[in-house]
Amino acid sequence: MLKFANPTNFLRLVALVLPWLTGLTLVLFAVGLYMTFFIAPADYQQGESVRIMYLHVPAAWLSLFIYGTMAMAALGTLVWRHPLADAAQKAAAPLGAGFTFICLVTGSLWGKPMWGTWWVWDARLTSVLILFLIYLGLMALWQTIEDMGRAARAAALLTLVGVINLPIIKFSVDWWNTLHQPASVFRMGGPTIHVSMLVPLLVMALAATFLFLTLHLMAIRNEILHRRLRRLSMLAAQTESETLS
Amino acid sequence: MMAMIQALFLRDIRLARRVGGGATLGVVFFLILITIMPFAIGPDLVLLARIGPAVLWIAALLATLLGLDRLFQSDCDDGSLDALRASDLPLEVIVLVKCLAHWMMTGLPLVVAAPAFGVMLGLEPDALWGVTVSLLAGTPALTCLGAIGAALTVSLRRGGLLLAILILPFSIPVLIFGVSAAEAASGGTIPFATPFLILCALSLMALVLAPLAGAQALRQMDE
Repeated sequence: MLKFANPTNFLRLVALVLPWLTGLTLVLFAVGLYMTFFIAPADYQQGESVRIMYLHVPAAWLSLFIYGTMAMAALGTLVWRHPLADAAQKAAAPLGAGFTFICLVTGSLWGKPMWGTWWVWDARLTSVLILFLIYLGLMALWQTIEDMGRAARAAALLTLVGVINLPIIKFSVDWWNTLHQPASVFRMGGPTIHVSMLVPLLVMALAATFLFLTLHLMAIRNEILHRRLRRLSMLAAQTESETLS
Repeated sequence: MMAMIQALFLRDIRLARRVGGGATLGVVFFLILITIMPFAIGPDLVLLARIGPAVLWIAALLATLLGLDRLFQSDCDDGSLDALRASDLPLEVIVLVKCLAHWMMTGLPLVVAAPAFGVMLGLEPDALWGVTVSLLAGTPALTCLGAIGAALTVSLRRGGLLLAILILPFSIPVLIFGVSAAEAASGGTIPFATPFLILCALSLMALVLAPLAGAQALRQMDE
């Protein structure tokens, strides 16, 4: 594990793993989308629009999963001061915002035929929206603080405060107003959803997770390269000015 | 140690009251927010009385957060933060004392002014009482949460807007329970104690969390 914390080793590992991850993601999406559109049955109540679920639910899971990833990277930043953890944090925030946005948009598209409205101020929707706002806040923090290390530590602290606060927000909002259905897959006493729908859903969730892993590794790699480029151009500028003077 | 805490507390209050401190700005901003509401919503007193508690809470939230960006920044600029950190007081205690002093100078005036502004919005006595007590219990949480943001943005020139963006999502629970306590006081379906006690719990939790996170942020930002 520690060996790959060295950015150069990490880049080598990414170069090795990335083609496989990309391929796996594509295969999973191909299978998942095929199952979504051709194998999974239409709902007796919701008709064809139930198929939105296969995009909506994985995006919702991922929005939380990415926050968890970011929180772990934040620990890495604060405890070990590792630049790779900084890069992992920075790369995860826009991805998290993206998946949360997909979740919100597909939920809105699903809500129109089912609930008759694009948006309601319901507990679930609102808490996801707040999560989206927190992601945006973190991105703003990354953009505002120029010094990389400082930005990473500030973002890490806020992420960890968010870990404590997200359940509070979730429950307070739950208390406040509710229309969204309760969880039906991960619950006590097993899933309430039928196997013909559960399997495509799980495949799609796996595909989305691998998509995130692929994009995340790519973004970390780009961040490392970006920093190197910056350092090299600064070095070049320095030697240039030295030769001139 | 108590003497140092007292000295720091009094120093912050004195600084806030003098020229450049801007302690009264919060209340004036609060009043202005209340004043522009009828222009946006219309001067219908029945409607204003119904949404009054919510309006007062949102105004208090904004007035608290927007005044917070200088909480550590001015001390950081003139070097007194370094002097404080070099003292025997733990940084956590310093943050807590500064939060309390700041709340005394900005949060408490809002609570005191809330009944008067509530009357302007046509609130009934029950609702006035509810909104004032809920603000008294809830504004410490807002100040403390804001202090975390203030510590994170201490090195930034224009941290005010960023602070609001970072902290407003986290203040939503306080807002929810504050407004529901205020509304329960004027005859809702739930008893007043339920949201009010949760609001108190949120404040107490923020009082613990803010010194820890704020001090950590100040340490991290300093390097």
